[in-house]
Parts: sequence; structure tokens; C-alpha cells
Amino acid sequence: MKRRDLLFSALGLLIAWQAVALLVHRPILPGPWEVIVVFFKELDNGLLIHFGVSLWRATAGMALSVLVAAPAGLAIGGSSRLNRIFSPIIYLLYPIPKVVFVPVVFLFLGIGDVAKIAIIFLILFFQILVLVRDQAAGLPPQLLQSLHSLGAGRRALFRFVYLPASLPAILTALRQSIGTAVAVLYITELFATKYGLGYYIYYNGSTLFDYPAMYAGVVAMSLLGLGMYFFVDWLERWLCPWKYVT
Amino acid sequence: MIHTHNLTFGYPHHALLFQDFNWQVQRGETWTILGSSGCGKTSLLYLLAGLRAPANGGIEIDGEALLRPRPRTGLILQDYGLLPWATVRQNAELGLQVRDFYGPDGKHTPKNFQAENKVPYWLERLGLSAVADKFPSQLSGGQRQRTAIARTLALQPDLLLMDEPFSSLDAVTREDLQNLTLSLCMEQNLTLVMVTHAIEEAAALGQKILLLDTAPNQQAHIFDNPQACQPNYRNSQSYHDLCQTLWREMRHE
Repeated sequence: MKRRDLLFSALGLLIAWQAVALLVHRPILPGPWEVIVVFFKELDNGLLIHFGVSLWRATAGMALSVLVAAPAGLAIGGSSRLNRIFSPIIYLLYPIPKVVFVPVVFLFLGIGDVAKIAIIFLILFFQILVLVRDQAAGLPPQLLQSLHSLGAGRRALFRFVYLPASLPAILTALRQSIGTAVAVLYITELFATKYGLGYYIYYNGSTLFDYPAMYAGVVAMSLLGLGMYFFVDWLERWLCPWKYVT
Repeated sequence: MIHTHNLTFGYPHHALLFQDFNWQVQRGETWTILGSSGCGKTSLLYLLAGLRAPANGGIEIDGEALLRPRPRTGLILQDYGLLPWATVRQNAELGLQVRDFYGPDGKHTPKNFQAENKVPYWLERLGLSAVADKFPSQLSGGQRQRTAIARTLALQPDLLLMDEPFSSLDAVTREDLQNLTLSLCMEQNLTLVMVTHAIEEAAALGQKILLLDTAPNQQAHIFDNPQACQPNYRNSQSYHDLCQTLWREMRHE
């Protein structure tokens, strides 16, 4: 995708937003220019801190899920015995929408940051686990045979084949889950906290009725998701250059 | 060099492929294994590579019972077995990296293995230096197979096992690589065992040809072909006669 195309698409969306705002012509939908001005004003007014808190929760949840799910997926996908034992369990748990566990996690882990990070972890964990497991289990047998013939035992196979092969799967899982993770972050930040973009958006919209500030929060949350998406894209280009060669 | 004695092997729930099969290969010989699909030729190669274990009987290589992949045996497969995420150079260095990973333990790496990086030499020799930093997806089929050969030769093998290595290449590239393989075998004093389903390839490369028949194979059906590897052999009458003979044998005429 070209940067120029992205820029034009962003401009198009802003024009559409402005057009709808003019049509609706009510305080609940200010135009983009007004929101952008408020956004920059609010940055100094606490929005940056809320952004930082949300970024920390999302990043911690993502990092934790990669650190736990990727090795687990590798182990299960690389061993037919472990795959036989764990796959039925994963099959049953994977389709359950993890959002429904939000109250349960709050009950067990309290209302602090740990619970919010745990919920993001819960959502990303299964996505990464399943994609990494499938990637590891689906490696062509010829690739493994030729590595065996070079003298590679189980440890060397993990180091030279399974680990690098799982990287694209981890990054794909992250990319697919970022939207859900940020959405769930919003929900968790509605409960018992005074920091985070979820709290900021809800507080400005429902308590202060400061709609431009509320939209500034929405913009910040969108930038959070978009920034994380771009970061994963960049990571993939950096770590998996072979996927981008022609 | 290779000695199978009373080798018996089959896959679970399938008929035996080999039953009390005895066969010998001398050092420095070039062998081709010919046979129709399902006759067990690839299985025999995997048995020689130590990637499958016989149900009965055994295989000795250099006087030692083969129980696991042997560090001085090189295996080259039809689809090259290259890592898609590694460059040509990294793929060629893979065997050395694996040996470095374990150290000279006598199991994965020969105890007396001298870690000498011959990869640059083989990349140059096989015409791969210009593409050394490219990924496998950027290479032609011939270049990929050359990379697999470079990776194997960098480990200084004495036995080369090849499973239909050139079957997916065009005719010109195939013949180039066949000639290259033969000259490398002679130069490095390698023993070659190559599986093929192409009669012409079997006749052109194998000083001895093992013809496998309908399973279970019990007796080694061998054709001597001492002129193979000689220049212009492919244009000789004896080459064409041998191809005809092999053709008739495969069709049981």
C-alpha cells in the first residue's frame, strides 16, 4: 500500500465526517477541525496521560500474551502428542467470546491494572496460540526431514525452524487482534478507574457533555489502535523481510 | 560402504516394501534407484538417511550400524528443503550452524569435525555468489537446488543421497545439474545414491542401477552401467540400448 493512497483515504474520511457533521448540525457531532483543535488543547490537559495509561495496558497485555502463547503454541504444534491432548481443549475454549469474562476477571483480580491487562491477555492468548500452533504443525515434512538429515535434533529444530516459522503467525495474530483488544480495553476502562482513554471518553460524553473533548478521546483511541497496527506492520517488515521480496 | 542385510520395512497397515532385502554399495560408486511410484525407492533412501528405522534386519554404513541420521551423509530432496525466511547464504550455512549449536558431540556432529566455513567457496563454485543475499522465493528452481547442494557439500559429506532432485527443473537446467553432480562426486570422491523415476536420468548417472519392482522387494535387481559419467555417453548406442532394456524391465515385457 502506498503512503500517498493512505493520505488520500484519510483526507476522504475527514471530508465525509465534515459532510455528515454539517448535515446533522447538532452539538453531538462536531466537525473534524473543531475536534482536532480540542484534541491538541486537551493533550496538555490530561489527555496525554490517559493515552499513556491505555497504551501501557494494551502493550503489557499484548507482550504478556506473546510471551506465554507463542511458546505454548510452538510446543503444542511441534509435538503430535501434546497436540492430541490440548487441541480438543483449545477447540472448546477458542470460540467463547472472552469479553464475557470481564466481570469474572474483575471479581478475581480486583479493579486495578492487573485485571485490565489480564483481559487483553485472555483475548490475544487464544488467537496467538491457535495461529502459532497451526503454523508449527503445518510445516512441510520435507523441511523438517532435510533439517534432520543435517543433524538437527529436537532442540535445533525449534531454534532453526519452529521459532522463525512462528514469527509471521505471531504478528498476524497480533494484527488481527489489535482492534478487539482496543475495544475491550475501552470496556474495561469504564469500570473503577480514573485513568485511561475509555474513562476519558465516557466521562466527557456522559458526565460533562463536552462532546468535542469526547471526540478528542475517540480520536486518541483510534490513534492508539492505528499506531499499534502500524507498529506490528513495521515489525513484520523488519523481522520477516522474506515475505516482502518479489 | 553401504550394506543392507535382511532389510525388512513397511508402513503400518500397508504391505511390506522390503523383505529380507540385501544390497551393497561400494565407496565412490554412483547409483541410481529406479522404479515406478509406490515401489519403495524414496523409503529406501530415507532408510539410508537414518530417517526411518527398519522393522527387521539392518543397514551398515562404513561398518557402523545406522541408528540415526549420520553426520557425513548429505540428503537432497526434490523440493530443496530450504528455509523460506533465510537467504541463500544463511541456508547454505544452516548445516554448519546446526553443528555449531551442538558442538562436536559425535551424535549430531562428528567428533573430529573441523569447523571450516567452506560456504563462500561452494557459493562461488556453484555460481551462487551473485544471489547469496536473496531469499529462496527469488530464485529459479536450478538456483534453489544448487543452494541445497552447497548446504550439503559445506558439511564435507562422503555419501550423497538425492531424492528426485531434478524432476521439477527444465531439461537444460536438469542436464546441467546432473553433469555438475557427477563431476562433484568424482572430484570429492563422494558415493552417490539417487532416486529417480526417469529412465534416462537413471541410465545417464548411475554406474549401477537398482531397479525396484512391485513391493515387497526381496532381491536387488541391478544393472551395471560402467560407462555412465563419461562424456557424450548420452549420445552413445549403449546408452539408448540400456534405456530400452530398463523400459522393457519396468513394463515386465
